[in-house]
Order: sequence, then structure tokens, then C-alpha cells
Amino acid sequence: MAGNIWVLAEQWRGQVSELTYEVLALGSEVATALGLKLQVVLLGHKVKSLADTLGKADSVLYVDHPALEEPTAETQSSALAQLVKELQPQSVLIPLTNITLGVGTLVSAQLQLPGINFCRDLRVVDGRLQAHCVLYGGKMEVLVTALREPAILGISPGARPAEKGRVAQAPAVEEVTVTLPEAPPVRFKKYIEPEAGGVDITKQDVLVAVGRGIQGQDNMTLAEELAQALGGAVCGSRPVIDQGWLPLARQVGKSGLTVKPKLYLAAGISGAPEHVEGMKNADLIIAVNTDPQAPIFNLAHYGIAGDVLEILPVLTQEVRKTILKKAG
Amino acid sequence: MNILVLLRMVADVVEELEIAADGKSLALESLRMILSESDGHALEEALLLKERYGGQVTVVALDAPEVDDVLFASLAKGADRATKVTGAETGLTSRGMAHIFSQVIATAASLKPADLILTGTQAIDDLDGLVAPLVAHFLRLPFVPIVVQVAVEKSGSMATVVKEYPGGVRGEFEVRLPAVLGIQAAEKPPRYVPVAKVRAAAKAHKIECLPVPSQLEPLFVEVLQMMKPEVAGHAEMLEGPAEKIAGKVCEILAARGLV
Repeated sequence: MAGNIWVLAEQWRGQVSELTYEVLALGSEVATALGLKLQVVLLGHKVKSLADTLGKADSVLYVDHPALEEPTAETQSSALAQLVKELQPQSVLIPLTNITLGVGTLVSAQLQLPGINFCRDLRVVDGRLQAHCVLYGGKMEVLVTALREPAILGISPGARPAEKGRVAQAPAVEEVTVTLPEAPPVRFKKYIEPEAGGVDITKQDVLVAVGRGIQGQDNMTLAEELAQALGGAVCGSRPVIDQGWLPLARQVGKSGLTVKPKLYLAAGISGAPEHVEGMKNADLIIAVNTDPQAPIFNLAHYGIAGDVLEILPVLTQEVRKTILKKAG
Repeated sequence: MNILVLLRMVADVVEELEIAADGKSLALESLRMILSESDGHALEEALLLKERYGGQVTVVALDAPEVDDVLFASLAKGADRATKVTGAETGLTSRGMAHIFSQVIATAASLKPADLILTGTQAIDDLDGLVAPLVAHFLRLPFVPIVVQVAVEKSGSMATVVKEYPGGVRGEFEVRLPAVLGIQAAEKPPRYVPVAKVRAAAKAHKIECLPVPSQLEPLFVEVLQMMKPEVAGHAEMLEGPAEKIAGKVCEILAARGLV
């Protein structure tokens, strides 16, 4: 008998992630297409009330264990693997973020099951599930099928709108138990909050975002001058932060912040899915990149195929002129 | 402290990617291969740990185009030994690679037991799994992903690692060693090494070659089709000299009250 479609609820610090609702919306479509039930697996400690927000599913399997209070890939995967082995779902959909990264891979390895990452969509073809996955920083896509069931599917952000995964009603909740080690080899110690103070990029109307295309720290002034002319702030993609050209508090994307400014000017950013996750809802996106095939142009409203080192200073001049002219 | 760094080559996405005749994979002849970015950070973190605590850094890679250059560059940066696993088929999946890495680590007499195994937390082609947790699973070792900081206790039996969460939050974890860490970013940007030093390393060092183990991981997923992204929408491209483009951008911004 075919099992149910499962979604792992991603809960962290007392909240269910937005991505969980996106994945629930996708899971619901898949379950309907296959004529199966949709179940959510909620792992944690003293978070049963969160199940009330997961009514898109037919029911919730809730595991309460002190070892699941702060999620580690090891404890989560161990708990989930025990449930998969015992209850045999048809497929398991796992939100793919920094909270759950590694969980799906570990479950698939522990149970000798297929694991598929970076899924953006799932389709049912002739009664079988096909996953549509985005690879190579958004430059290629593949259609993939699992060679046995259940498949453990890592779902990237953007599969479905989160609001489609939210319903007002609370689902039925079934408490289940798992056995977890008392002294796990990885132990949570504490959280380190981002440094307060400085510019809060989530509150800016205008952001000039720099990526690898800025080429060097000396060129950061080009972005700063444009941001200053526009009355905004500078932020960046992962490589710029890793190089130490901007502080962590200015990072947009998967590990950084999510922003929704009136203007997002992406300078030398290719548009990898991890970055897009943090800025896709900006009102106006203008992108500059030397590569006309860069994925950022598939998202931006306006694009400039050119070198940021050439475009930024000219644009700064023009913005200053326009503002002066307007001031009379 | 003995640190192993697992390196893998990936397609350089700055270049145009072409689909092979089978319609299911990248055309290898059109690819430029480079070191996976987060593996470069894993190497840097290993070198920083060696500078802090002493010990030896060994880099291990599967044979691939341009891999010798990457291994010699690793030696030039400060790695002590470089090992290349030869004879693996091309187009291995992440799971297949992790299985080979694990078997080599477990069986090769020339590789000393590691206190830490570092590799990139994720690669752009990790379709069927991530290498770090897979290696951790195969070797029955603890694992932490998305690591950005590592400190090892004096006893050498525990490490404190910092992992990234969303929103700029970080979490501190204690992990029993030996362990596998998926490195997101090193504590400092990866060091630059001039070509002359890489050439000197190539003259002074030898890459040790190990055969691929005979037992391979079965395939769990099948790629049915590879395609370029279907584009739902595309930016309106602004063309012409920089001054004309800048003027057009200002018109767009003015129309929205942004200048």
C-alpha cells in the first residue's frame, strides 16, 4: 500500500518557517495527484501548538523530545529516519534552508533511499513523481526521478506561494515517539545574534547590492557613492561578505537577510538561487552584469549587460544631475 | 592535528554551459572545471587551523580536468600532502563521490587517521545529496553543516564550531572529534597564491595517486532530461552607451519617485 506524502515542518526558535508553508502547498498538490494523504512531521520540544498552523495537511505527526529542542542535522535525521522506516511514506518533502540542510541527505543515506536536492517543482507523470531541480547556480535545470521509494526530496524556496500552504483550521495531531541518544556527539551551546547597530538593510527603500562583479574592495566606493546619491545603502551577496568587503549584517540571501526595498540595484550579481531567495520580492529590480545569460536577468525588471565598474560611476553622475535638476 | 580536506571540481558557471548529446548531462568538452567555491573555503579553514594548532593538512580529490593545478595550488598555499584518486568514471554523482572519498579515507594506509575532515558545505551540482553528511554517514562520524568558525580544545578531542542560520544568526555547537564539517566560509578569505609559487610546488612535490575503490555506491536517482531554465519573464534590457543607459535608468527611477 502506498504511504502518504510527508512534509517535514521546519520549526526554529518557536516559529514555523515560511518555506514550510510553500512546501505544504506543493505537497498538497502532489498528494491530490497521487490520491494520497498529506501528513506533516513536526519535530521539537514543547512546540505542539505549532501544529495548529499546519492545517493544510490532513494530519500532523508530532515528536516531542528534549534532544530536538535545538535542531541539529543529526538528531533531526535520526528521528525522521526512524519514522520513515516505521511508517513508510510515499515521499518526504524537506524545506531546504540553513535550518534543515543535511537532514535529507542523512536520512536518505541512513535508509539507503534516493535523495534529491534543489527541487523547484514536483510533477506526477504516469503515477510516478518527477522532480524539477535547479542546478549550477540557476544556469541549468534537470528533470529527475527516484529509482525507489520513498524519495527524500529537498525543496528550494519559490516552489509555491506560502499563502497557498496556510489554512485557518487546525489539523489532527498524532504524537509519536522516537529514540534519540542521550549524549549526542554534536551539542548545541548557544545562539550568537547579529551585531546590532549600523545600517538595517531590511528598512531601506533603496539598496545597491554588490556581487562578485565588483572585483575588489577598492571598487566598493563606486557602489557606496551610488547608494549615497540615491539615499540608500549598500548590501551584498555571499562572495562579497566572505571576502570581508562588507559586514555580515549587509548580506542578502539564504544565510543573510530578506529585503523588500522599493529599488534593488543588483551590481555584478549573477542571481544564484541562494541570493534570489532574499530579494525576489523587491518592488523594482535593476540588474547590471557582464553575462547576458546571468539568471538575475530572469528576475529583474530592467537589465544592463555591462561592466559595473563602467556603469556605476556614470549612473551616479546621472542620478546626481537628475536630483539637482529636480531641485531647480 | 591531522586534517583532511576533500576537494571537488565543478563546472565554471561563468562559462556558457552546453548540454551533451544524451540530453541528460553537461557536455564535458565545453566545460571549464574549477574548484568548488566552498571547498576553497574548507582548504583555507584547514590551513588556518594548522597555523593555530600545528599538524598536517592533506588534500584529497578525485581525478578531473584541471585537478592537478588545484592540488599543486593547495600545496603552494600550505597543504602538506596532496592525494588524487584515479580511475573513477566521469559524471559521478555527489553520493558516488562521497562513497569513494569515504572508502579511500577508511582504507588507504597512506592517509593518517584524521581529527577533522573538512569539505564545502554544498556544491552547485549536489543533486543527489551533500558530500559532507554522506562522508560522515559512511565513516560513522559526527557532522555539522554550514560552518564558519572552528576552535579545537587543548585535548584535541572536542571542537567548538559556529554554524550559520538564516537572518545573520549563528549557532555555537560542541562536536566530538573526529568529525566531518561542511564549511560554508573560512574565517578569512581564501589566500591568493601566485602562479610562480604553484609552479614551484609542482616541482617540489608529488601528487600521490590512489586507485578508486572497487565497491561503488548504486544509483538512486535517474536524470531524465537536462535543460536550460525555462524563463517565465526576462528583464527589459537597456542598451547603448553607458551615458544613454544611465539616462534611461534615471527616467525609470523618476517615474517611480525614486530620484
